[in-house]
Amino acid sequence: MSNNKKKKLTPVQQEYQQLQTQLETKRPVLLNCIKAFITGGIICLIGQFIQNLYIHYFDFTDQTAGNPTAGTLIFIAMLLTGFGVYDRIAQFGGAGSTVPLTGFGNAVISAAIEHRTEGFVLGVGGNMFKLAGSVILFGVFSAFIVALIKTILIQWGGL
Amino acid sequence: MLTGHRTWVFDQKPVILSTGTVGGPFEAEGLLADDFDLLHSDLWINQDSYEKAHKVLIEEASTKAIEKAGLQKDQIQFFLGGDLINQITPTSFACRTLGTPYLGLFGACSTSMEGLALGAYLVNTKGADYLLTGASSHNTAVEKQFRYPTEYGGQKPPTAQWTVTGAGVALLSSSGKGPRVTSATIGRVIDMGLTDPFNMGGAMAPAAVDTIETHLRERNIDPSYYDLIVTGDLGKIGQKASLELFKKHGTPIREEQYKDCGLMIYREGQPVLSGASGPGCSATVVYGHLLNRMKKGDFKRMLVVATGALLSPLSFQQSETIPCIAHAVSIEYGGE
Repeated sequence: MSNNKKKKLTPVQQEYQQLQTQLETKRPVLLNCIKAFITGGIICLIGQFIQNLYIHYFDFTDQTAGNPTAGTLIFIAMLLTGFGVYDRIAQFGGAGSTVPLTGFGNAVISAAIEHRTEGFVLGVGGNMFKLAGSVILFGVFSAFIVALIKTILIQWGGL
Repeated sequence: MLTGHRTWVFDQKPVILSTGTVGGPFEAEGLLADDFDLLHSDLWINQDSYEKAHKVLIEEASTKAIEKAGLQKDQIQFFLGGDLINQITPTSFACRTLGTPYLGLFGACSTSMEGLALGAYLVNTKGADYLLTGASSHNTAVEKQFRYPTEYGGQKPPTAQWTVTGAGVALLSSSGKGPRVTSATIGRVIDMGLTDPFNMGGAMAPAAVDTIETHLRERNIDPSYYDLIVTGDLGKIGQKASLELFKKHGTPIREEQYKDCGLMIYREGQPVLSGASGPGCSATVVYGHLLNRMKKGDFKRMLVVATGALLSPLSFQQSETIPCIAHAVSIEYGGE
C-alpha cells in the first residue's frame, strides 16, 4: 500500500492492517505461476494441434489457419463455460486460462449466461460485454497507438 | 431493559418456539446436512431464475417454522428479515406470498441477529405475540450481485469465502417452551480501512470483537458465562484476527468456546477457501444445528454474534473501504 493512502488511516487502523497482512493466507504465487504455465501451455498445445489439423486436412496455410483455429478454441471454451467446467479449470489455472483467447470467450459467454433471466435484449445483449468490453476497448485503443507509432517511424524515421 | 449504552436485557425472555431451515445442494454435502429441515438438490429449485429460487428458500423456511410450531399463517403478526440482493426483493417477495405484516431489514450477513434482536424486543415489550424473523442467501444470486458471473473463470484468492445457499427462520413467541432470547447488543459500524472484498472475514473481525466486548462489559459478565460464543461468518482469517484482538485487549475468551458458523457448515475438502459466508450462513447454522444441540443439552448459554460487511459492488469500485457491523444475541435453554 502506498504511503499516501496510509496517512489517512488512524493508528488503530494501521495497527490492525499490519495484523491482517500477517494473518492473511498468502496467494501461493510460485505454485500459481507453475499451474498457470501448465494450463496455458496445454491450451496453446491444443491450439497448435487444431491449427495443424486445418493445415493438413483443409485448404489452409500457416497464415490463414489462425482465424479458424481461434474460432474453434473459443467455441470449445464456450461449451466448457456452459457446462460449468471452465471456472473450475480457472480456479486451478489462474492466468493460464484467463490470458489466452479462451479466457476472453469465457468472459463473454459467462456474462451472457448469467443475464439470460433478464431477457435477450436488456439481459444478454446489454451485459454480454460487461467484462469483455474493457478488453475490447483498451485492446483496440492500444493497437491504434502502436500502429500510429509504427506509421510515424516508417514515414519519417526512414525505417 | 436498556443496560449500558446499547444492550437490551429481555426480562420476559421471548421464546424461540420453532425454526425452519432450508439449504441447497452444496449444504447437503456439508457437515450439518442432518440439521436442515429441507435440502434442495438443485440450485434452481424449479424456478426460472436464481432470484426466484432465493425467494422460495425463504417461503419454505417460514412455512416450516409455522408448521412445526403448530400455528396458522394468520397468527403470525410480523416478519422481520432480509437478504443481500438489491432492494432485498427475495424477502419482500416471499412476504407477498406469506401475507404477514413485514419489516425489511438490511445488515448484510448480520441480518439474522439484527432480526432476532429486534424481534425479541418487540415480543418483550408486548408488541407481538408471534413473529417470524430470518435471513437468507443464495450462492449464485449473490455472486451475480457482488462479483463476476458465476461461470466466469477468475481465480479466487485463499482468503475468499463461499456464500451459503439457505434460509433460516425463527418463530418468536412470548410464551411456550423452547430456547429463550435473554439479551442483545446492537453493533456499531466499524471500519478498519480494509478494501479487499475477497477478505471479508478480516474486515469484519474488529466489529465482532467490539460487539462481544461491549456485550460482556455492559452486562457485567465474564466470557465463561457462555458455553459458546459463536460468530457468523468470520472464516479462518477473521477468526484468527479476532482471537488476536481479544488477546491484545485482555478479554479472556478461550479458543474452545469461540466458534464460527462459517467454519462449521462445510466439510473439509469442499472448495470453500476461507469458510462460508452470507446471511444464510449464521441463520441456518444457529436456527438449525446450534439450537438442536442446545435442546439436546450440549450447552446451556450461547452468544451469537452475526457479522456483516456493509459494502456494495459500487462502493468497492469507487475504492471505498469496507465498513462492518456485528450484532450479538444471547440464547439460553434449560437450567431455569
